[in-house]
Amino acid sequence: MKVKTFPRGVHPPEYKELTADKPFEALPPPEKVYIPLNQHFGKPADPLVKKGDEVLLGQKIGECSGLFSASVHSSVSGKVLAVGGHPHPSGKPVPTVTIANDGEDRLYPDIKGAADPSSLSPDEIRERVREAGIVGLGGAAFPTAVKLSPPKDKSIDTIILNGCECEPVLTADYRLMLESTDAILQGAELVRKAAGAEKVIIGVEDNKKDVFGLFQEKIQGPETEVVLLKTKYPQGAEKNLIHALLKREVPRGGLPFDVGVVVQNVGTVKAVWDAISRGIPLYERGVTVSGLGVREPKNLIVRIGTPFKTVIEYCGGLIEDASLMIMGGPMMGISQWSPEIPVIKGTSGILAWSLPASVPEFNCIRCGRCVEHCPMGLVPTQLMKYVKNEILSEAEKWGVLDCVECGSCQYSCPAKIPLVHWLRLGKNKIISQKRKKSA
Amino acid sequence: MMSDQKFILQSSPHFKHKDSVPKIMYVVILSLMPAVAASFYFFRLRALLLYALSLAACLLTEALFLKLRKKPMDSIWDGSAVITGLLLAMTLPPSLAPEMVVIGGVVAIALGKQVFGGLGDNIFNPALVGRAFLQVAFPVSMTTWIPPVTLQINTATFATPLGNLKFHNALAEGIMSPLREMFWGNTGGCLGETSTIALLLGAAFLLYKKAIDWRIPAGIIGTLTVFTGIFWVLNPERYASPSFHLLAGGLMIGAFFMATDMVTSPITGMGTWIYAVGIGLMIALIRLFGGYPEGVMFSILFMNTFVPLINRSTRPRIFGERRAS
Repeated sequence: MKVKTFPRGVHPPEYKELTADKPFEALPPPEKVYIPLNQHFGKPADPLVKKGDEVLLGQKIGECSGLFSASVHSSVSGKVLAVGGHPHPSGKPVPTVTIANDGEDRLYPDIKGAADPSSLSPDEIRERVREAGIVGLGGAAFPTAVKLSPPKDKSIDTIILNGCECEPVLTADYRLMLESTDAILQGAELVRKAAGAEKVIIGVEDNKKDVFGLFQEKIQGPETEVVLLKTKYPQGAEKNLIHALLKREVPRGGLPFDVGVVVQNVGTVKAVWDAISRGIPLYERGVTVSGLGVREPKNLIVRIGTPFKTVIEYCGGLIEDASLMIMGGPMMGISQWSPEIPVIKGTSGILAWSLPASVPEFNCIRCGRCVEHCPMGLVPTQLMKYVKNEILSEAEKWGVLDCVECGSCQYSCPAKIPLVHWLRLGKNKIISQKRKKSA
Repeated sequence: MMSDQKFILQSSPHFKHKDSVPKIMYVVILSLMPAVAASFYFFRLRALLLYALSLAACLLTEALFLKLRKKPMDSIWDGSAVITGLLLAMTLPPSLAPEMVVIGGVVAIALGKQVFGGLGDNIFNPALVGRAFLQVAFPVSMTTWIPPVTLQINTATFATPLGNLKFHNALAEGIMSPLREMFWGNTGGCLGETSTIALLLGAAFLLYKKAIDWRIPAGIIGTLTVFTGIFWVLNPERYASPSFHLLAGGLMIGAFFMATDMVTSPITGMGTWIYAVGIGLMIALIRLFGGYPEGVMFSILFMNTFVPLINRSTRPRIFGERRAS
């Protein structure tokens, strides 16, 4: 069978075998949860509770403030201890609601599912998705309701379900596809309806053939199709995935809307199904806890706001010389300094590693491997030089803003140059210059 | 316990490929070993002398510059100076005087590499800069040849296959070197360039290890074959066959080991083809119509000059970019 793919990219070691066979376990909720009001792309939510308030499981504690924002819900029942700054995976402290768990998991009474999900109108689906605080669970945490509201002048014909999980080490999406196949398919159907699309295509990498078979078996109706993709990083990057499946290219600076597509992570549509069929807001998610630095790697269902420390201790703790802790995957994840950091909606993985002794950086020897592997067709080494020398206009002309920070260039660089860091710096500088100009 | 653990903050990606600059350099050094061994077989102690002097001159010059520029001393072992030393010796006439070899080594590192800022910043292939300097400074010594010890021949009038072709009317006189001897390396020429088979063994290793871009040798060899082939088909009495041109002179060592130098070749796919075809074309033009019998060195240096320009004008199409047609 011929598998589809995109040009270029890399093949990092997978390490998926550490957790691929580990079914999800529910992590017992911790004594305290720390729920940041900003866990998504966009504006932070406005707090709805204050110190001393009683809250119930699933109760809304932060109201979405504007279009690009998402509501936040309590992941335990108990008492609000504080509303204030707390360490956050992004690196900066963020306003956070701290709740003491009473251990009773008393469910918020208003939570109930739609009697007949299939009878809901697109507007009703969007409204419930917005109410449930659902964001993209692949890692970028873009508010899902926004993605389901295409601009008036764009029509959507295809929903792509991203089941690639192309990041090495992570297996949470894989487990979810195995264990919640039906919920994913039903959620996808609702998403398709909300966006007014005709088709759903599920993209799965060929290192997950069992999932592919399972989908094939369970798919009913001609609207949905599952397609096998080559195991290659970054197969799950939105633009590359669309290109691999449909041969459509999202224009530079454009969005999937522009080619009639909405891409959703499989975990996101499962959350959509839970929200609509049972009324459950997004207060927990699947997390892969793995890496050679974790004693007993596992896949866990974790309540949002659980400190990394609690999660890792449940997995036997870290090995003694573990020196790197990552939220997300090893290619795009963010390194963390504190075990007090809470799990947020975008936490697809918690990984730990013991780093080898630092490798020296060399001058660029112009081997061209970064060019050969960049999935966006960029010339990373040239961009790096432009940014280093502050020639930002050239950097922009050569496409630095098209960089998706997938890390393929830096992964393959034999001189060990932190290319992504330089490109990110260039992007930030150019964007802040533009803001200044327009202000 | 976890609270005492210290964690490193670094930007993504956290995985890195195991290949590194020194590893690539040592793969190149290893790949040169069959040809080095062949040169010992054919030229015996002359080979030892040339390699020792060239390597010593290159490494000492590198060390001196690193010290002057206050750079870490251990980068002398990144392998690049060793490669320059080996390649320079391999492209010199075996009979060259010791002091000339040393001058070549010093020039290669000093003017070919360090004045530009060291590894990665040089424009020209350092070994070829050293060789070009010697060619201009000592034109006679650089074109005086001794036969390999395995060849019984009159040494007074000995010339390389290409020299015979250009200056001694070899085709008409019927004194063309046998292709079989040129394949094994039992012929006149620079120290490490004569044995095609030994160079090809090393080239196969380089390609297998992905330490060179296959498009460069493919472009050079393809272009030279087509160009010389056309003239040979039109007039085989006047022009040598493509197989002769492929086996003769520095073509193989140039195409696989010198034009492929990462630092001095383009980084874009399209640019790589332009560069390679340009080198092949130049070699053919010099060999067929130029004043010199051989053109590999000049062709590579010539195209090295254009690499920054080629890179700048062959930016790949960015994903999602619509180019005016």
